[in-house]
Amino acid sequence: MQRTLFFLLMSCCFVLLEGCGKEEGNDQGAIERSEIMVSAAASLTDALTELQTTFENEHTDIQVRFNFGSSGKLATQIEKGAPADVFLSASEQDMDRLEKADLINPESRINFTENTLVLIANEDAKNSAVSFEDIKPSSLQHFAIGDPESVPAGRYSKEVLVKLGLWELLQGKLVYGSDVRQVLTHVEMGNADYGIVYSSDAAISKQVKVLASADESWHTPIEYPGAVLSKTEHAEQAQAFLDFVQGEEGKAVLRKYGFQ
Amino acid sequence: MAPSDYTPLILSLKVAAISTTIVFVTGIFFAHLFARKQFFGKSLIESFFLLPLVLPPTVVGFGLLLLFGKNGWLGKWLLEWFDVQIVFSWIGAVIASIVVSFPLMYQSAAAAFENVDGRLENAARTMGASNWRVFWTIAFPLAWPGLLAGLVLSFARGLGEFGATLMLAGYIPGKTDTIPMAIYFAVESGHMEKATFWVIIIVALGFSTITWLNWWSKRNMRRFANEKGR
Repeated sequence: MQRTLFFLLMSCCFVLLEGCGKEEGNDQGAIERSEIMVSAAASLTDALTELQTTFENEHTDIQVRFNFGSSGKLATQIEKGAPADVFLSASEQDMDRLEKADLINPESRINFTENTLVLIANEDAKNSAVSFEDIKPSSLQHFAIGDPESVPAGRYSKEVLVKLGLWELLQGKLVYGSDVRQVLTHVEMGNADYGIVYSSDAAISKQVKVLASADESWHTPIEYPGAVLSKTEHAEQAQAFLDFVQGEEGKAVLRKYGFQ
Repeated sequence: MAPSDYTPLILSLKVAAISTTIVFVTGIFFAHLFARKQFFGKSLIESFFLLPLVLPPTVVGFGLLLLFGKNGWLGKWLLEWFDVQIVFSWIGAVIASIVVSFPLMYQSAAAAFENVDGRLENAARTMGASNWRVFWTIAFPLAWPGLLAGLVLSFARGLGEFGATLMLAGYIPGKTDTIPMAIYFAVESGHMEKATFWVIIIVALGFSTITWLNWWSKRNMRRFANEKGR
């Protein structure tokens, strides 16, 4: 028995050590005076990363850090007190949640860009559908969308599939991504036959082809609201970043990455 | 508070039970095979066995995707010849669990077999016992405490596997949503009550497994000791 306990304890140490590794890197920073944390929708990853360099060159006293993820997750994190100064959401719904809870400064709230949904397949896929209506649920194995509960792209995708009468037929074949970029990966690697992502996501990938665009009347308009959080200690710098994103340079970069 | 759908519970138990069974048998096989043997490359092979323990789950998941994806080396072959698709299926969850819990079983079993007195086995062999009989009557019973620890840990690790599972098995409600997966997506979407429910379930499950196995091993140890004393 003693030996059993010893093995258990020893091996538990291994497991615990492994667990510790995952927590690193989250709590660094935030001590520096002019560092701002931007919680942004995963779909904005590439555009914002490019904007960051330009912004920091113009505002040498501000350092921008990003926390990318699904807007639903980011909103939950902020509700639970995660440090952030700016929230750039891929859906009005998640921003509304924070506004109702007085977690954002309502005056700073602004829709800074829009996006569209596209149907994608792997570059090497054969006999793919040519439109949304052309999708045959019986002849496909896996269809990737974002998790409709937490990923805005997934919620819009669900609206489209419901509208087209495909939702029920695709049950059991829908693979939910934890954010929209995971949906892209599933299709890029050829593991899902189809996926629905933003046109901006499809634009950055060479391994997928766009089969069709979703009609805008099929889903809630995809607006990207941004706001400064009410608990920020760097309101001025946060506002400066938000202004920059919706300014001329911001708009140009967003357009380059497939946003409107 | 209770969710209407209990598939995560059944699926988690199924995945952990199957992966633990496979890991228990293969872990013991390799540990016994390598015990007290020195050969060129042994430590290299052992390092390879233990690698999933030190790698982040995302790396394990990425590796498994490369291997078992539809266009992966093994995945392509399995799909063409057996029409079996590992990715986005519950079998994918089993494979992810096997890979992450195998090191725990191997490590425990290797240490346990090394502690068995080799003279006892040799004595049995001089009396004409076959290797098979020596294993079942001497090595296995004497190593049992360590093997049991490995079994418990493998089951617990398999039950809790998340990162690699999400990457390989995906999240398909009703098909690949194990309890850790259900918790993650419930938290992401702000369904704290649902998340809390599953957290309580998995804590209760882990706790009762370890308690039961401890009780069971104590009882068996006592019986084993009595038999020896007779």
